[in-house]
Amino acid sequence: MNKSLKTVKPYTKQSLITYVMLIAVFVVTLILRGSGNMSYMMQDLLVPLCVYAILAVSLNLTVGILGELSLGQAGFMCIGAYSGALFSNLMEEAIPEAAIRYPIALVFGGVLAAIFGILIGIPVLRLKGDYLAIVTLAFGEIIKNICASVYLGRDAEGFHVSIKSVSDMNMASDGEMLINGALGINGTPKDSSYEIAFIILLLTVVIAYNFVNSRTGRAVMSIRDNRIAAESIGINITKYKLITFGLTAFLAGVAGVIYSHNFSTLQAVKFDYNMSILVLVFVVLGGIGSIRGSVIAAVVLTLIPELLRETIGNYRMLFYAIILIGMMLITSNKNIKDKLSGIFKKNKKGEVQ
Amino acid sequence: MKNLKKVLAVLVALTLVVTCFAACGGNEGKKDDTSATIKIGVSGPLTGGAAQYGNAVVNAAKLAVDEINAAGGVNGVKLELVTADDEADSGDKAVSAYNSLKDQGMQIFLGTVTSGSCLAVIDKTAADQMFQLTPSASADAVIANDNTFQICFTDSNQGVGSAQYIANNKLAEKVAVIYDSSDAYSTGIYNQFKAEAAKQGVTLVAEQSFQKDNKDFSAQINACKAAGAELVFLPIYYTEASLILQQAAAIDYAPKFFGCDGLDGLLAIEGFDTKLAEGVMLLTPFAADAEDEATQNFVKAYKAAYNNETPNQFAADAYDGIYIIAKLIEQEGITADMSAADICAKLKVAICADGFSYMGITGAGSALTWDKSGAVSKAPMAVVIKDGAYAAL
Repeated sequence: MNKSLKTVKPYTKQSLITYVMLIAVFVVTLILRGSGNMSYMMQDLLVPLCVYAILAVSLNLTVGILGELSLGQAGFMCIGAYSGALFSNLMEEAIPEAAIRYPIALVFGGVLAAIFGILIGIPVLRLKGDYLAIVTLAFGEIIKNICASVYLGRDAEGFHVSIKSVSDMNMASDGEMLINGALGINGTPKDSSYEIAFIILLLTVVIAYNFVNSRTGRAVMSIRDNRIAAESIGINITKYKLITFGLTAFLAGVAGVIYSHNFSTLQAVKFDYNMSILVLVFVVLGGIGSIRGSVIAAVVLTLIPELLRETIGNYRMLFYAIILIGMMLITSNKNIKDKLSGIFKKNKKGEVQ
Repeated sequence: MKNLKKVLAVLVALTLVVTCFAACGGNEGKKDDTSATIKIGVSGPLTGGAAQYGNAVVNAAKLAVDEINAAGGVNGVKLELVTADDEADSGDKAVSAYNSLKDQGMQIFLGTVTSGSCLAVIDKTAADQMFQLTPSASADAVIANDNTFQICFTDSNQGVGSAQYIANNKLAEKVAVIYDSSDAYSTGIYNQFKAEAAKQGVTLVAEQSFQKDNKDFSAQINACKAAGAELVFLPIYYTEASLILQQAAAIDYAPKFFGCDGLDGLLAIEGFDTKLAEGVMLLTPFAADAEDEATQNFVKAYKAAYNNETPNQFAADAYDGIYIIAKLIEQEGITADMSAADICAKLKVAICADGFSYMGITGAGSALTWDKSGAVSKAPMAVVIKDGAYAAL
């Protein structure tokens, strides 16, 4: 507004606040966990929280910075999760060291998701608004359904694939099932930990801030704000759209790899449209374009229903919906916003409007 | 505007930290009062599309626990039930539900209700050495660890059993299958059925699949009809099966229908014309109108407690589950102050030891025993729907 640190650029300040906030929360949670003061539920929620935050930040690049509505986030996550888990399962013997295997799996899952993102982006990004949302939604469902119906096995003769049934694979009876249709992938090594997930979340936030503040990011935002003006000054719309979409898909794929290495089982049903919409809700409620907001919204909105488990049980989703509606109203209604800011100003600084 | 954002951010961060502490505090407070009772945790879908299964399990478990406590508990120790909603999720929510039970001091785990959630938590229960008895998660991989046991029969058992039954009784030459390719339970049975059918010389003329939430099955039914199938095998849940029966009747296609335990509940669907279900054959461990006294008592008590609702096999499995746990507790002299791991160490040996058996309402007249793999000795029992009720075949 009127005051800001004189030496630091406002944008840098924003990003620094976010980094400090994230690291502070990380340290606090580590201390809590280390001293045994954290419930079992919170301990196991830490990694999913990071995963959801990464998903929200990456989707914010497409929704907030590029200004296109994408509902395919779960699809990219699914690609990352499946390819990463498959890679780790296949390479478990060849690369027994998790410290080497896991980073490769992360990059592999991310890159594969990015390739799909770009392939899909080429035709799809010609569409705008609602159409893009519908097509990305359909894409996500296709990915999920394909993953749910694939059978992949390995025996002495090599790999066997079928999209119909186990017996159509013609695999020897001593073969090993790698992807078991709707039962998904079992026995993925549990390589994810809170520390790794947090570092990747931090990296994601760094990437996101630097992307927005880069030459490319500004070009992308100019497309969002006025496509025709951007085109007229020679910005290659398709290229910048694809870069953003690809980056979103890459980060979603990485989130998927973390997710799949955190649970002993991976089933494609998890990546349905509800997941995509959930992530979009994080982005919208956190503030479209606000990276810090995405992280906070993802964490808060994931925690609320879980923490309400033991208090109001089955009514928690009702309560969750009320909170969503309340937050929507507060963040979108100008009157409420003005009133709130008035109250806060008076309380905090004693200023008179 | 900027100030508002800052204040909101601080507030949100504060709430976060406070809720963290709140969760921890609650946890510690609850740990203290476990001394009085043995806590049994039940995790299943209590909300969402599969809620009827989870609620049936919770209701029946509650009924059994109340009965045991009313009779003075086990060895004088009362049981206590703690429940959590896993939404039939196959990832973080299932693990959260399990963890919230652990936070509430659970010592023995009766769960989970669905296979997907069960697969997500088995490695956690194995790491914690929590004794786990699942009432209805039937996937074969569920019992991979040594601390997990099933009350229901496994998917492969059902798939193989169905194929053998069809072949041995020469029910049909040409068989079609309609299954849910997005569901672990359905595809599990389908794959086993297909493999066994080939061995038994049963010809599969059509294999039709659908995805979750499908409502229109005309394409699948027409394909079965066009292939001339005399019997349609339905390894699916009863809601979809009721639609298939209605839509098959609408096009005058009347093959024999054969299903697994998922079809149990078909007769209780509101607004479903039970005449359509006449002649449907299914494998089920439990029939609510069985004549034996134990079943009758259970059905009567369940109906009295829950708005005259007829219990399904999920409820029956859970009811048996609590009594199996109670019998084990009594036999092994488990006390309320023992840790989950100590209890598990005793129970996992005791349940598959020679001489332990349980005569329940889901064993079709024979006692249940377990082997080291965790599977229960239960022969799938085939029944046919006749005059709106199950009749033995």
